[in-house]
Amino acid sequence: MNGVHDMGGMHGMGSVEYEQNEPVFHAPWEGRAFALNLAAGAWRKWSLDALRHQIELIPAREYLRMSYYEKWLTAVTERLVQSGLVTRAEVENGTAAPGSSKATPALTADQVPSMLRSGAHASRDVTVVPRFHGGQLVRTRNINPTGHTRLPRYAREKQGTVERDHGVYVFPDTTAHALGEKPQHVYSVRFTARDLWGEQASPRDSVYIDLWDDYLEPV
Amino acid sequence: MSGHSHGHDHDHHDHDHQVVPSDPALRTKALESLLTEKGLVDPKALDALIDTYQHKVGPRNGASVVARAWVDPSYRQRLLADGTGAIAELGYGGAQGEHMVVVENTPKVHNLIVCTLCSCYPWSVLGLPPVWYKSAPYRSRAVIDPRGVLCEFGLELSEETEVRVWDSTAELRYLVLPERPAGSEMLDEKALAALVTRDAMIGVAKVALSATGAVA
Repeated sequence: MNGVHDMGGMHGMGSVEYEQNEPVFHAPWEGRAFALNLAAGAWRKWSLDALRHQIELIPAREYLRMSYYEKWLTAVTERLVQSGLVTRAEVENGTAAPGSSKATPALTADQVPSMLRSGAHASRDVTVVPRFHGGQLVRTRNINPTGHTRLPRYAREKQGTVERDHGVYVFPDTTAHALGEKPQHVYSVRFTARDLWGEQASPRDSVYIDLWDDYLEPV
Repeated sequence: MSGHSHGHDHDHHDHDHQVVPSDPALRTKALESLLTEKGLVDPKALDALIDTYQHKVGPRNGASVVARAWVDPSYRQRLLADGTGAIAELGYGGAQGEHMVVVENTPKVHNLIVCTLCSCYPWSVLGLPPVWYKSAPYRSRAVIDPRGVLCEFGLELSEETEVRVWDSTAELRYLVLPERPAGSEMLDEKALAALVTRDAMIGVAKVALSATGAVA
């Protein structure tokens, strides 16, 4: 979706504010919200792409106002409701509905190290014929889906060069909406800064973007 | 979205229905309480997750990878060819580091990492990202004005330097292998690792021989 989250190349966002000796979490609730997200995600009721899209759906003015962990909190709450793990009434009341069943087993502290160690792999060990190869000139498609996509607006209808084939990965545009994994090749595509931004950019510079097969067309 | 504060007049505090607290701290507490009550989360697992990223997984992981690459040319080669495999040799991997790519800074090439669409970051080697990395100014400008952004970090690059910006749009996670500072020849691997900063591994700084940036 063409949301405010897709902000690469936008002006007017101000200068970067750097905090010396920044703590991992700025308040105890940030750590809890972070951990709630991972622990709730361990039920595997939604994909990481679905969570990303949920964050994108936060209205623009709220998105820009909220801190990172407030966005996470908002998105995970919505995923919990939509997945049926909790009801909206329960969230609003802060307590379980009378007679509602208790889920088991939740992620335990003992399981945390192995869960983090194994991670969640988005690559797929399936044979898919790549449509492009290293060194090939490609053009990104002009797509403007209202759902989730990982083709940033600033890189649509731009010409670039395939630098590397990363292998086969699930396709966020479908996994975010539980429409299947549609595994396909992901390539590192190099765009010259001038092709993206025009003459104002340095002739030496470039931007490398990881792009799925479906986003690309041969030149 | 469920997280909104209600649109009604907040001067009326005497209504009898429960208002969702707008304060994220209160909302977090209420959600944790609900999920615990329903058996969906175990608070001890939350403690373990927080402890992991506060005390165990952070930029020291990445620094040890960089130092190893500086002292061991064959490791450096493996790291650049297969980031995931070489980083796993040192025991790091997993969540948000499942698929790693390492890009090398040289006197001619400077690499910079960003995620314009969200805030993708290599947790397994750098820990959780700083606020500025997740902020709108960095995400919006790193791709269109990398040299201007780097100047704000105090890093002015020559026109001759080629800047490569890596926008982490997929599940690949990027780590910059910074240049080893001149004058560090006498330092051992452990001393070298102590010089390597998080910022240098994102590409917004260079590694200096001392914290002040002065080269001895």
